[in-house]
This record gives sequence, structure tokens and C-alpha cells, in this order.
Amino acid sequence: MIVRLRQPRREVEMAGGRAAHAVLHDLGLSREGHLIIRNGTLVPSDTMLEEGDIVEIRPVISGG
Amino acid sequence: MSKCRSCGDAAVVDLPRHNANFCAEHLQQLCVRQVQRAIADHSMFETDARVLVAVSGGKDSLALWDMLVDLGYRADGLYIGLGIGEYSEESHRITSVFAEERGLTLHTVDLRQEHGFDIPTAARATRRVPCSACGLSKRHIFDRETIRLGYDVLATGHNLDDEAAVLLGNTIRWDVEYLTRQYPVLEAGHGFPRKVKPLVRLTEREMAAWCVVRGIDYVVEECPMAIGNRHSGYKETLNQLDERSPGTKASFYLGFLDRMVPVLRTGPDRQGAPESCPTCGAPSSSSDTACSFCRLEATASSHEPVPVRMVLNRSARRAFDAQWGEEEA
Ligand code: SF4
Ligand SMILES: [Zn+2]
Ligand SMILES: [Zn+2]
Repeated sequence: MIVRLRQPRREVEMAGGRAAHAVLHDLGLSREGHLIIRNGTLVPSDTMLEEGDIVEIRPVISGG
Repeated sequence: MSKCRSCGDAAVVDLPRHNANFCAEHLQQLCVRQVQRAIADHSMFETDARVLVAVSGGKDSLALWDMLVDLGYRADGLYIGLGIGEYSEESHRITSVFAEERGLTLHTVDLRQEHGFDIPTAARATRRVPCSACGLSKRHIFDRETIRLGYDVLATGHNLDDEAAVLLGNTIRWDVEYLTRQYPVLEAGHGFPRKVKPLVRLTEREMAAWCVVRGIDYVVEECPMAIGNRHSGYKETLNQLDERSPGTKASFYLGFLDRMVPVLRTGPDRQGAPESCPTCGAPSSSSDTACSFCRLEATASSHEPVPVRMVLNRSARRAFDAQWGEEEA
């Protein structure tokens, strides 16, 4: 699956078949600091992400 | 598949502090109730008030504007063009589209056009950190325009994470004066408008989720000046605590409002300054010398324009180049 990250914008390829919170954990990202958008739809952190999904991990913390 | 706590439909988001998942409809209901509660608990404004929303193009201010309009308030927006390179251009475009699509009134003040400087130049010319020059300019212009345009109240999009981070900073320094003044309402006072923060009961993640389910396009990328600042560090720390023990962040701040504020506050917090600036008339500590905004303007507007990249520290510059690099190189 393709995982899209922000700040800066970049894409990484990761293995599917894992829950979204596990993917966050592997990337060292906090659940409270991010939303998971799978194939254009907001999903909860326990959603299983599959091979072929396009997953956006969107940071929600702003520092201004 | 996790289910919405309220209706059992497929959930779109988990909110650990409520130990529950919610569908799009019930997420919105939860957010609206928290805003209504903040407005009522702190007597922020009446239903017929004319509200000016300080909009930046980010999730919080656009969500706030969207909610207030949805709740039937008469709310217009004010955007300030800060001249922070592509970030500001993108923010202005997104804010304008938001207002146009909904038929809302958006006022705009452009620092460079109206005052002859932008934030990077002001930072360099006055040797302030950019956020300090920016905060000073925004406060001055938001206050002035709220009064000049005849609004009853200025509403800003500060959320629970913002307030909890400020509270953590104030507590770490034991800054009793700031702790005493940290409250979601500032009463009007000599030359200052009434100011309120209706989003203080909602987290940053809840605001972002609101924007996603409402289809609001907002600026996801951060202001380049914010990268690595102390405020962001406090937010991360609080989120780490929340990760281990969900709800910690909310109880830290909401508990402060409920239990500490009554101990600290002896009366309503009126803003005040005894004199008026001889140049612009804004409230000021002295009538002999210009106010801090006028002094900033005088120094910055005679300085040659400074590009954003020049005022970033090394780590912020690296992040900036990765984000906007090719276009601004
Ligand atoms: S991060 Fe600093 S410079 Fe950027 S908008 Fe916020 S206060 Fe202004
Ligand atoms: Zn529901
Ligand atoms: Zn002045």
C-alpha cells in the first residue's frame, strides 16, 4: 500500500494487512497527532489497511 | 469494523478521550455541543451578536467559522496577509474560496499593502523572532478592525491543545500573572474589543476531523516559522501523556477552567491601557511615544524586503526547503 505523509509531503510503500495504529506506531507517530484517511475516507485507528490502499496520514498539530 | 457509539453505524474516527468511536454525523453533533457549551458556560456572546472570526486558512479558524454560521450566528471573517511566502499565498487562496463557496463576508488586510512590510522583514528589521512580530501585528490589526467595523466580539480558533500547551508553559514557569489571565473570554476595555475562544473544549484532532467530514479544504502544511518552536514541543509532550493515558490533556486544561480559575480570578479580566498612541490612536501605555505596532511598522517598512528562508533557523530551513524548496529556490 502507498502511505502519504506530510510536512514535508512524501510517499512510502508499506506492507498491507495491518491496523492503522500499528502503522502509526512503526512510523513513530502519535495517534493523537494524526488522522488516517484511507482511499479518501476518514477511518478509525483500528481499521485494517490492505494491500492496494492509498493511505494519507495527516498531521493535526499546528504550531502558530 | 468499529461502530459509532451513538448509532451503531460504521465509525469514521476514534476519540480515545471519550473511549469511543463516532460516525461523521455524531462526530459533528459532539463538536457542536462542545462549542455551544463553551459559548454558554463562559457567556461568550448572545445569539444576535455580530461576530468577527479571525481566519488564517487553517483547520481551526475555518471550522469555527463553519460551525458558527451553521449554528445561525452572524459571523464574518477577517484574514490578514502576513507575507510569509507561499504559505501565505496558499492560505489566502483557501480562505477566499471557503468564503465564496458559502457566500460569506471576508474582510482582508494585507500587511505589505497597507503597512509597507511583511513578517519576515519585520523579524529581520527588528531582530525579533518571527512569531513575536507576527503576534504583535495580528493582535493590533484584529483588535482595530473588530472595533472599526463595528463587531460585538472577536472570535479566534484556539483549541484545547493550544490552551493546554500555553497552560503547561505558564505552569512550568509558574507565571502567576499569565495563569490568572488564561481564560477563554477577555472583556472589552479601553480601545480593546471583547475576545472569545469558542473551541477550547475541542482538541486539534477533533477540529481536523470536523474539516475532513465537512469537506472543508484547509491549509494542512504548517507556517514555516512554527517548525520546532517551543509551543509545538509542549503540544507533543501533552500528546505523549495522552497516548499513555487518554484524556489527560483534556482533564489538565478543563480541570484548570473548572477548579483553578475560580481560585485565581477575583473579577472579570478587563483589557486596558491608560493612554492612546499618538500615531494611530490604539490603546498604549504612553501618549508620548508610538505604540509597539507603529514602532514595528516604522522600522520594518523602511527595510528592504527579506525572503522567508532568511529568517528561519537551520532545522526550520531544512524543513522549508523540503516543503516549498523547488518553487522558492
Ligand atoms: S507560526 Fe508564528 S509566524 Fe507563523 S502565523 Fe503563527 S505566529 Fe505568525
Ligand atoms: Zn453515529
Ligand atoms: Zn500606534
